[in-house]
Amino acid sequence: MRVVIDHISKIYIDRRGERTEALRDIHFSIEENEFVVVVGPSGCGKSTLLNIVAGLLSSTSGQVIFEGARTDSKPHTAVVFQDFALFPWRTVLKNIVYGLEERGVKKEEQFQIAQRYIALVGLQGFENKYPHQLSGGMKQRVSIARALANDPLLLLMDEPFSALDAQTRTLMQYELSRIWEETHKSLLYITHNIQEAVFLGDRVVVLSRRPGTILEIIRIELPRPRGEHLTLEKKYLEYVDAIWSHIKNQAREAMEEEV
Amino acid sequence: MIKEVHQPLVEKAIVQDKTYFLQVKEHPWLSLFSFMVILLLWEGVSRFEWVPPLFLPAPSAILLEGWTMLKTGVIFKHIFASLSRILWGFLIACSLGVMVGILIGFFSIPEAIGNPIIAATFPIPKIAILPLLILWLGIGEASKVAVIALGVFFPMVINVYTGVKNVDPLLIKAALSLGSNRARIIKKVILPSILPMIFAGMKLGIGIALLLVVAAEMVAADAGIGFMILTAADLMQTKKLMVGLIILSFLGIFFNWLFQKLERFFIPWKQ
Repeated sequence: MRVVIDHISKIYIDRRGERTEALRDIHFSIEENEFVVVVGPSGCGKSTLLNIVAGLLSSTSGQVIFEGARTDSKPHTAVVFQDFALFPWRTVLKNIVYGLEERGVKKEEQFQIAQRYIALVGLQGFENKYPHQLSGGMKQRVSIARALANDPLLLLMDEPFSALDAQTRTLMQYELSRIWEETHKSLLYITHNIQEAVFLGDRVVVLSRRPGTILEIIRIELPRPRGEHLTLEKKYLEYVDAIWSHIKNQAREAMEEEV
Repeated sequence: MIKEVHQPLVEKAIVQDKTYFLQVKEHPWLSLFSFMVILLLWEGVSRFEWVPPLFLPAPSAILLEGWTMLKTGVIFKHIFASLSRILWGFLIACSLGVMVGILIGFFSIPEAIGNPIIAATFPIPKIAILPLLILWLGIGEASKVAVIALGVFFPMVINVYTGVKNVDPLLIKAALSLGSNRARIIKKVILPSILPMIFAGMKLGIGIALLLVVAAEMVAADAGIGFMILTAADLMQTKKLMVGLIILSFLGIFFNWLFQKLERFFIPWKQ
């Protein structure tokens, strides 16, 4: 299985007919079991790209191709959103089985699958809580479990930890790293955080500011499993520095630009 | 360089909470006490006949009248007549209102067709339509139920429409990415999202229903609280009239309480 993002471009046209070019000729692929991170300054169209891959937005040109995809009813993608997007009227368990319900999986099987992912993300004891009773970090665990429970070909994560405080965010990065070691799910991860990109990714796709184009694709040759110790290593810091030097000017221009 | 001129120092300055007056204070006894005082004043005014009891009967006399009406059972005939009209009108209005509201909120073609019709008919006071409804449906139950249904339908449909328009688009996206189709999204995302708005519509609606049932029964009826109040007034039975008003007050309080309980039950995720 391989996902090809084939020369994607996106131009938004608003009601007054004004054109905004968000993405220009984005071309790369995600291999089976690969963790690909897209990093870029704010307003570079990262989320636009993710929405196009998820089938939640149409591209202006280019397409997303799943090569060697399964023919079963399981979805191609599942999304973990920045703002969790949990259904407030569903308990943790009910949120996690949502996709399984939609696929007509039997009740007992839904429950078994849910239990597996509840254990994986560490939500035991919270099954019958409502989202409003959970902290941000716990909410995002639910969202990750909900996405994984569908066993998608490609997991999509759209700045999943941006809504969390800095400490929780760091802990959740370790958590995600651990979860990924256990599942090795093909993953497309969007972030503006370079440290996060280097810490998590097998490859990092660096985007320029609007219109988003690929500046560089960097393979991160750091050993796995990756843990806390990694962030002190020289090689890690060199990767971070290399990407920052690419994005620095872009980010500054983005900051000074009018919204 | 910015230089500040220092004032002479005081020994101690203790920081005060400036928001103390915003803290919620409850006076449960005051509410009860003032209510009792008003009742007592009223009782006195009537007992000493400062106002003729024909115009303002004493609370105790009204209570007694209510008790005899309860014992003889005449009161139930009127209450049941009004309640069944409210119930039917309310049920029809709520189910239609929710369906139409979702339809015009979620689909663009029904929205284009429905919106101007609602905008044009909403401002008409519903009681003004009653004569037309009597012309169409006759003088019996149907026209009364219809006028209540019409009155409750509008707040319901407008609330539901607004609710659908304000459903978090992210939740719809999440449901789509988890494999829902449009019909499933209406059932599993839109409906639970708009439940609070449906209850708000019901609370608005029940007030309107009480108003309209009384009005309709005053126009043409042989039973019902509205009918009872009107005939009591015609016969100068002020006590009986007052009993009718008290029943209406109780009904309003009861329905509010009921909807609050139902809301807690159906929306457990809202604390």
